[in-house]
Amino acid sequence: MSQFAINLLFVGASFALYIGIAIWAKAGSTKDFYVAGGGVHPVTNGMATAADWMSAASFISMAGLLASGGYANSTYLMGWTGGFVILAMLLAPYLRKFGKFTVPDFIGDRFYSSTARTVAVICLIVASVTYVIGQMTGAGVAFSRFLEVPSTAGIWIAAAIVFLYAVFGGMKGITYTQVAQYVVLIIAYTIPAIFISLQLTSNPLPLFGMFSTHNESGLPLLTKLNEVLNELGFRDYTADVDNKLNMVLFTASLMVGTAGLPHVIIRFFTVPKVKDARWSVGWALVFIAILYLTAPAVASMARLNLLTTIYPEAAGQVESYEEAMDNALVYEERPQWIRTWEETGLITFEDKNGDGRIQSYNAGNEDFQATAEERGWEGDELTVNNDILVLANPEIANLPGWVVGLIAAGGIAAALSTAAGLLLAISSAISHDLIKNTINPGISEKGEMLAARISMAGAILLATYLGLNPPGFAAQVVALAFGLAGSSIFPALMMGIFSTRVNSTGAVCGMLAGLGSTLLYIFTYLGWFFIPGTNMLPNTPDNWLFGISPLSFGIVGALINFAVGFAVSKVTAPPPVEIQELVESVRYPRGAGAAIDH
Amino acid sequence: MADDKSNATAYWKANLRLITGCLIVWALVSYGCAIILRPLLSGIPVGGTDLGFWFAQQGSILTFIGLIFFYAWKMNRLDKQFGLGE
Repeated sequence: MSQFAINLLFVGASFALYIGIAIWAKAGSTKDFYVAGGGVHPVTNGMATAADWMSAASFISMAGLLASGGYANSTYLMGWTGGFVILAMLLAPYLRKFGKFTVPDFIGDRFYSSTARTVAVICLIVASVTYVIGQMTGAGVAFSRFLEVPSTAGIWIAAAIVFLYAVFGGMKGITYTQVAQYVVLIIAYTIPAIFISLQLTSNPLPLFGMFSTHNESGLPLLTKLNEVLNELGFRDYTADVDNKLNMVLFTASLMVGTAGLPHVIIRFFTVPKVKDARWSVGWALVFIAILYLTAPAVASMARLNLLTTIYPEAAGQVESYEEAMDNALVYEERPQWIRTWEETGLITFEDKNGDGRIQSYNAGNEDFQATAEERGWEGDELTVNNDILVLANPEIANLPGWVVGLIAAGGIAAALSTAAGLLLAISSAISHDLIKNTINPGISEKGEMLAARISMAGAILLATYLGLNPPGFAAQVVALAFGLAGSSIFPALMMGIFSTRVNSTGAVCGMLAGLGSTLLYIFTYLGWFFIPGTNMLPNTPDNWLFGISPLSFGIVGALINFAVGFAVSKVTAPPPVEIQELVESVRYPRGAGAAIDH
Repeated sequence: MADDKSNATAYWKANLRLITGCLIVWALVSYGCAIILRPLLSGIPVGGTDLGFWFAQQGSILTFIGLIFFYAWKMNRLDKQFGLGE
């Protein structure tokens, strides 16, 4: 069977599974549609949350980011998992106790203000829409690489599948397809990683393999990697960073952003009890960690694998690397997987010094210039797109064709599961928060259900359109999504739960101040609305305020939000008694009665 | 009803104490061991590199999981102890 047929079989089988689930899990009420009926088992919900959270970026791009950045990019690992700790302790159980359907629901009721509700809806929609663009384009890329269809056709197919289970099944359909998608994506991610770990270190568990002895050289794998990198003018893979303040703030921004993303929060509205919400966050992180503990191993091993493919003699026990450097891989003898990926344009080779061999090194390092000249190197000749590390893994490790098929299905599963979660967050904000709670409170259950389905269909069409015509700034807006969620939604929710004193004026001023300062900082360096050339300062470290990069500003925005929220509340009237009682009631799992003197 | 009120207040204080403790550990492993305190831990070798690198890439994630389950277990017990469970 050809590779194309195998890929088609795997992707087709996974789609059949999702559609089967869609038919089985039809939503009968708004409660089914928004929170899957509220009866999802905490472990099931944990698994669905993991698929919801792990996007095309986690599946395809993260290992590449870690491989190129080494230690410095550990921020992504810690930031995208550490957010679940604050979610578990500061948000999820109380919002579950509150017991409604959406995030703006809580903000609107707690701050007894339709302005607060509307600000929350806007933040939610902007954050979720920007995020969903990446999922649609990610699905398109996976389709075009593995199924030989143009990526536009891939985006339409992805949209049609999501349409089937999201419009009919709502949160119920999404929850159970996400469970299936988690299983597909985690198998696809870990199997190639296990084989690569076995090949390089004989350790079947990648997370231990990464810290074990490298078979060919007898050195610890990371020591070997550092040695080879130094020889090519790169810094150590494990090298420390100088700007620790920025590293701390970036990690913190990713954490509060994670905790404030609405599509993740609403997943914890689907479990039966407060107690289940607490357990469920833990299970979610367990399922996420299976991938997040494998990713750094894939990153370091794939980087070493790539370097020793280019410099085959550098792999073993080497006294001096000089000879290995001279005997780089002859281009005509390159392995099959390089040829395959050259066709996609994700690997490109240019023989700058005309010696027929592939030389790849850190050509941007001034101090390394002399060594490079001595060796007759005239520039980095190989460009490798970060994204292929995961996608090409099975081929690099010489695994059978069905593993490649699995990766195709896994990449698409990661994109679809996150897209569906985001689309639900968007459509429920429109049908529930805008239509039911703001514009037409008298709407019937049936009418709201129809509105929910129409907004879902509309959101899918919008996402498809943006996926087909991605704005040029798609990569930067993901940072914007985290900045927005972290600086506006997270502090508002937290103040709403942990303070009885913060009132509606305080909350609205706080959200606007957090949001405004974050947008201002990002736009100053990246351009107004990301339009190139409109930035007021060049986006380089020496121009950043205290060395804080625009991506790290979310946490500062969150602190501004807290400060303004408390200060304004202090000088204005406290919230009405019934609101203070509401706050008390979300704090205790048992009904509100016990806490209130009546 | 005053007893209910003071019971509830005691429950909330216990929760806040627990959260504070957990978040101190959370910050210590991620911002501490993995980033700021890494130079201090550089003398402790772990598989070809140092302890701080391990914390940044694996240790903090494992600690986070432990923290969330510990918190859930402890809180579910507090719910029963104060009679505030569902």
